[in-house]
Amino acid sequence: MSRFAALVEVRLRPGIADPAGTTIERSLAALGFADVSGVRTGKAIRLEVEADDAAAARSRVEELCRRFLTNPVIEDALVSLEEQAR
Amino acid sequence: MGAGRSGPPADGDDPGPAPDVALHRGLGLTDSEASAIEALLGRVPNHLELALYAVMWSEHCSYKSSRVHLRRLPTEGPGVLVGPGENAGVVDAGGGIAVALRIESHNHPSAIEPYQGAATGVGGIIRDIFTMGARPIALMDPLRFGPLDDERSRWVAAGVVAGIAGYGNAVGVPTVGGELVFDQAYAGNPLVNVLCVGLLPVERLVLGRAGGVGNLAVLLGSATGRDGIGGVSVLASAGFTDDVVAEEAKRPNVQVGDPFEEKRLIEACLQLLDEGLVVGIQDLGGAGLACATSETASRGGVGMDVDVSAVRRREPAMEPWEVMTSESQERMLAIVTPENLGRVLEVCGRWEVAASRVGVVTAGGRLRILDGWGGEVLADVPAASLHEDAPLYDRPRRAPADRGARAADDPGRLPAPEDPGKDLEMLLVDPAWVYRQYDHQLFLNTVVAPGGDAALLRLHAPGVPGGDGRALALSADGNGYWCAADPRAGTAAVVAESALNVACVGARPVAVVNCLNFGNPEHPEVMWQLSEAIDGMAEACRSLGLPVVGGNVSLYNESAGADIDPTPVVATLGLVEELRSPPPGVGLVAGEVVLLVQAPGAAPSLGASQWAVRLRGHRGGRLAPLDLAAHRRLVEVVVGLVAAGVPGGVHDVAGGGLGVALAEMAIASGVGARVAGVDGHVGLFGEAPSRVVLSVPPGRVGEVIDAVVAAGLEAVELGTAGGERLVIEGLVDRGVDGLRQAAARVLPDALGAVGSA
Amino acid sequence: MSVTVGVVVFPGTNCEHDVVEAVARAGGEARTVWHADRRLTGVDAVVLPGGFAHGDYLRPGAIARFSPVMAAVEELARAGGPVVGICNGFQILTEAHLLPGALQKNRGLAFVCAPAELEVVTDRSVLTAGVAVGRRLRVPVNHFEGNFTCDPSTLAELVDQDRIVLRYVHNPNGSVADIAGISNEAGNVVGLMPHPERASDPLLGSEDGLVLLAALLASAGAPMASPRSGAPPVPSDGSGSGAFGAVAAAAT
Repeated sequence: MSRFAALVEVRLRPGIADPAGTTIERSLAALGFADVSGVRTGKAIRLEVEADDAAAARSRVEELCRRFLTNPVIEDALVSLEEQAR
Repeated sequence: MGAGRSGPPADGDDPGPAPDVALHRGLGLTDSEASAIEALLGRVPNHLELALYAVMWSEHCSYKSSRVHLRRLPTEGPGVLVGPGENAGVVDAGGGIAVALRIESHNHPSAIEPYQGAATGVGGIIRDIFTMGARPIALMDPLRFGPLDDERSRWVAAGVVAGIAGYGNAVGVPTVGGELVFDQAYAGNPLVNVLCVGLLPVERLVLGRAGGVGNLAVLLGSATGRDGIGGVSVLASAGFTDDVVAEEAKRPNVQVGDPFEEKRLIEACLQLLDEGLVVGIQDLGGAGLACATSETASRGGVGMDVDVSAVRRREPAMEPWEVMTSESQERMLAIVTPENLGRVLEVCGRWEVAASRVGVVTAGGRLRILDGWGGEVLADVPAASLHEDAPLYDRPRRAPADRGARAADDPGRLPAPEDPGKDLEMLLVDPAWVYRQYDHQLFLNTVVAPGGDAALLRLHAPGVPGGDGRALALSADGNGYWCAADPRAGTAAVVAESALNVACVGARPVAVVNCLNFGNPEHPEVMWQLSEAIDGMAEACRSLGLPVVGGNVSLYNESAGADIDPTPVVATLGLVEELRSPPPGVGLVAGEVVLLVQAPGAAPSLGASQWAVRLRGHRGGRLAPLDLAAHRRLVEVVVGLVAAGVPGGVHDVAGGGLGVALAEMAIASGVGARVAGVDGHVGLFGEAPSRVVLSVPPGRVGEVIDAVVAAGLEAVELGTAGGERLVIEGLVDRGVDGLRQAAARVLPDALGAVGSA
Repeated sequence: MSVTVGVVVFPGTNCEHDVVEAVARAGGEARTVWHADRRLTGVDAVVLPGGFAHGDYLRPGAIARFSPVMAAVEELARAGGPVVGICNGFQILTEAHLLPGALQKNRGLAFVCAPAELEVVTDRSVLTAGVAVGRRLRVPVNHFEGNFTCDPSTLAELVDQDRIVLRYVHNPNGSVADIAGISNEAGNVVGLMPHPERASDPLLGSEDGLVLLAALLASAGAPMASPRSGAPPVPSDGSGSGAFGAVAAAAT
């Protein structure tokens, strides 16, 4: 078994309205950052998981994302994994 | 008919549905509806036109299965300024102020994405109210979920409550009450109903109609995305199956609410109305622009040209039919004279509300969708046909086969509880965990907060002068157990209870709105339930002098083939002419006499009672009879006594019977009581309409009894309030604090941890 | 002399009408000030009321602090004028660094709207000048992010400088040291999570909020009175900004 650090980025799915992102983008323009676009908000969640290998760890984290960390109706998750030194 | 249609292939092989057949079916239209559209137009409709009809003729928008029955409801009364059919009902509250109110369901969206489903339900109902020119001042949410021991139901319940709080609090409209029910009947299909009331100076009343050829249609608010496309035809007008793949496929329809956009939209629209800058205004709800443009044109007897390319979009490559039927939230359509356009854009700019000219009012009654001004005509249909020519279905009705057997299955035969005090404790649920998450105080109006029999609010709102010490009361009520046992009598009893609830805070009931939550109308038993419920409601409303000023019908509440219990929800508006001090509220005062006031000969029944269904799983039996004339007199007596400040505590006896009513009064005040003469567990838990418990100072008992007897009612002296225990002789002896703690624990224990996810 | 309170309205603010009404009940006058205004003319004190300025997106108060009016609010605060942030207003004042600390999500991770019992901790603030220390007041709270937090040295400073204005008797949100409200060093800038305007009428169940609003009006209208009871009286500069202007000026 190895230990993996996972970074889960919970994002609104493409096409789902993001009121917070829109508001931040509008405010950035008012503060002089008119060159900024495509602001989307989300959540980042860090966790660690024990698994045989990276593939198993990924599938475990993806499962918990689907079942708990996201509502697949509006959100998806981007999972980054890094094996921890023992 | 069928003039332009290419006929089926002449050979004998079955080719399967022709492409256009697949198209209209995919949009939710039946074959006969598609034929009707073709006959109306005199040609084959194109895809965009079919999409317009599909959403406008959906059950959700057209009420095609219920309208033939809804006509039986009384809708007129002396104070009614606007009845059903507009965005909200409007009632004259005196002093130059009118009350706008409406109730709606958001059941299906909430089942799929509880937070956003509930949030967008709140947003939609608020838009219906300020569309009428009213400042929204209060929300109420009657909620029904599956049982608390079901994981998914807990997730739905916690998400819905968070969604109502998240949207309602941020948009700045207080949530002053509601209902909370957990029952297996709602496990696959929760009921999330939402009520909004608003106040307006009578002269600011506006209607959602276009007028004046050459006037402009201006789209206000959020950009349009692919949210909720086909929501009304797919989500709200069909039931849930147990097919996971099919349910997943419905999911991309979920809309996301933005309370901040809505807040700015409220302020901008009310300023536009104050300055007299709009001819008519309409919110975009179910069926989006298709609905708003065709309804305003149809109501105004005009037509409209809509430039679909002028609609601001959030996503690339949207098709015209997507733009026209999108249910993106927080949008309004204002009809404006060309000379006022500049000022309209200025007001919107101040509130950071985007506004774009998307249409122009035309003569001739056609709704034309154009690709750019003077560009290609993408659709050309009679506006009124979308709004008014939907088919009317008088669907088959049939009483359930087991009706007689179910009624005969009397829970009175169940063994008496060994410890009625334990059963009583199990029936108590304190809803504070829910309403503490709602801002229920904004605008400084809330005299009776959630937890009482009805909310009581000062008649007062920003930008609405006057009020003069007047107040309004609101109560939302439903009872699926009663209505499943007997939809007609059960619905009448729900109306009666709702009227009595507002009376308990001293208000005279003046009007109701309803939200009719039923199962699949293609099931004859469901149509029978709906028809019976409407008759029961009509009878009760006529007898109690309560016009129905608006309503919503939610059908297809079913899951895996099982329909929900018929659950008509009634919200009653009451008025107080002069509010000098808060009403006594639910409670007991030590040293006072505990009186039960009721219709003569009241005979409580355990049939369809909370005790029988929730604690024994027994749903059969008959309801206690309701004497509507006596009930009306009871309502008047209670209003009079409370207005005169006689009782120290008032509570109507409803679900759970006398035992629960007494326990709730004891818990609310922290004062116990010793009462006698309660006839066994039937007397303790049996339910009957037209009953109120009063806590009365000993010196005034005589005058209360005189008033009660003069009204042809009866008063029973139950005992005396005081001490720290609730003692119901021969049945219950419990500490008040223990009961309070038991009631307070239920929701945090079940839901407390879920909300943090 | 009647005192005029400016009540700042950001897009998303929703308690402005309630504050205006409650200030009138307390005997003052109030008018709303739009967030895009750069000047606060004819105003003796400022209230940043509750609500959800800019939707509370990003963080409560994070966008509002950049509104044009905030420069004028800062100027008034620096000159010693009374500035009170209620709920969302408190959050804005911390984001604007006019008050220390931050308001986190409630310990229970849920919005809480309920009556709260408060204890007056000091009379050395514009909101509690003349109010007996130890007095209990019943004033509602209504927030999701009301859990006041700060580092230990800031907390020690708040205690040492007598800048904790109000404490909860029963902590509803997990605030450090049961803090319901704090002030700046001079006592002229106060932030609190409870809503005094919601306890301003017997029909609403409490009038205790009027005690605080009356103190604010008295502070704003009485140039010679000083809430810092230990501080020597300092002559007013006559600008109408009240005693705190003088105190602050003396301190700089």
